[in-house]
Amino acid sequence: MEGLDHILAEQPFFAGFSAEHSQLVAGCARNHRYDAGEYLFREGGPANEFFLIRHGQVALELVSPGQKPIVIATLSEGEIVGASWLVAPYRWMFDARAVALTRAIGIDAACLRGKCEADHHLGYEMMKRFLPILVKRLHATRLQILDVYGKR
Amino acid sequence: MRPGCRFSTSTASADLTAAQQPDPFLPRLYRVGRVRRELVDTTTLELAPLDGSRPTFEPGQFNMLYAFGVGEVAISISGAADANSFIHTVRDVGAVSGAIAKLKAGATIGLRGPFGTSWPVVSAQGADVLLVAGGLGLAPLRPAIYHVLANRPRYGRVAILFGSRQPKDLLYRRELQQWRQRLDVDIEITVDHADANWQGNVGVVPALIRRATFDPRDTIALVCGPEVMMRFTVSTLRDAGVSTDRIYLAMERNMKCAVGLCGHCQFGPTFVCKDGPVMRFDKIAEIFAVREI
Repeated sequence: MEGLDHILAEQPFFAGFSAEHSQLVAGCARNHRYDAGEYLFREGGPANEFFLIRHGQVALELVSPGQKPIVIATLSEGEIVGASWLVAPYRWMFDARAVALTRAIGIDAACLRGKCEADHHLGYEMMKRFLPILVKRLHATRLQILDVYGKR
Repeated sequence: MRPGCRFSTSTASADLTAAQQPDPFLPRLYRVGRVRRELVDTTTLELAPLDGSRPTFEPGQFNMLYAFGVGEVAISISGAADANSFIHTVRDVGAVSGAIAKLKAGATIGLRGPFGTSWPVVSAQGADVLLVAGGLGLAPLRPAIYHVLANRPRYGRVAILFGSRQPKDLLYRRELQQWRQRLDVDIEITVDHADANWQGNVGVVPALIRRATFDPRDTIALVCGPEVMMRFTVSTLRDAGVSTDRIYLAMERNMKCAVGLCGHCQFGPTFVCKDGPVMRFDKIAEIFAVREI
């Protein structure tokens, strides 16, 4: 069976990772499988893991009482789900629902935070990979709220 | 093609442009044929000349449509080059476009054109092609899509990336479904806002670029949509490695005369009606984000 460190190394997110760092991250990783409609996590729950989608699609949702859930964004193969594990108090701000059968690698947050604390080179490598994703999502959100397709 | 310019926009051949006709300001009369309601505020009209044949056009060009007693507005041609009529998709956003969007079959309309530059569908042959549209921007891109699909073996990988406001605002929904059934085209659709009933992508159209498969060194990107959306799209294309001389945008300005005389559509040193609407990004990169232009 293929080791998780090899699976992680094939993901664009971990491109350029050293073998040593890959093994460190793989030590915090496990496989997940979600059927369509199943939730990876719910708003308010402990953000003790983040996910790398290997296959499928995940919708980030917000729920307003009495209304259908609003989908904020969808994420697919190769994309990261979850950033709240990075920032205390480590609580999810959205629901994450599998839109279709989804396979993902989950990385235990406390485990990885501990390893990043012990090895700042690993922490810096993770930061270099996470920050561009967060900035791109911030830009995308700004474009979304501009409602550019509405009537001027 | 201009010297030293491998991929360039082109103007219609000399004997076909309205600018070279005796009086480019004189509209010809056209009859409204079939009318299709696309969205709540958006209609597609087929326009056939009352006499004579319909002028030829190239994908990306536009016509000036004249609603009698109301005014004139520039509307991109959104039909196939081999159609018998001009096909225009018009969104009701003002007095003139509203009057045109409400026309019924059999009505008469004035038309000048075609005008302007075109998508580089011929010079893009051999390359991967990314067609990125936002909202009503799919309409000016549709003739290019028709051309590429009709000549599919001449291109590398082809991806159509389309973003809209919400699922019910998806333009040309039936055609999108037809294109999606093809095995030789990658179609990705996203909406900015949706509820959980929508099974597709939610997010902005530039995010789809990262999911498309193409060789950035050998890709031509054709982009049409609101200018802010195009700015974000260009940025993502450049991040992906597509050089600025391989990115083409359809610009929109207040076009009046359509032949580069009145200056209403001046965009820096260019006139969008004459030097556009399709412009190569490296030619306008320095002024693209300048607020006053």
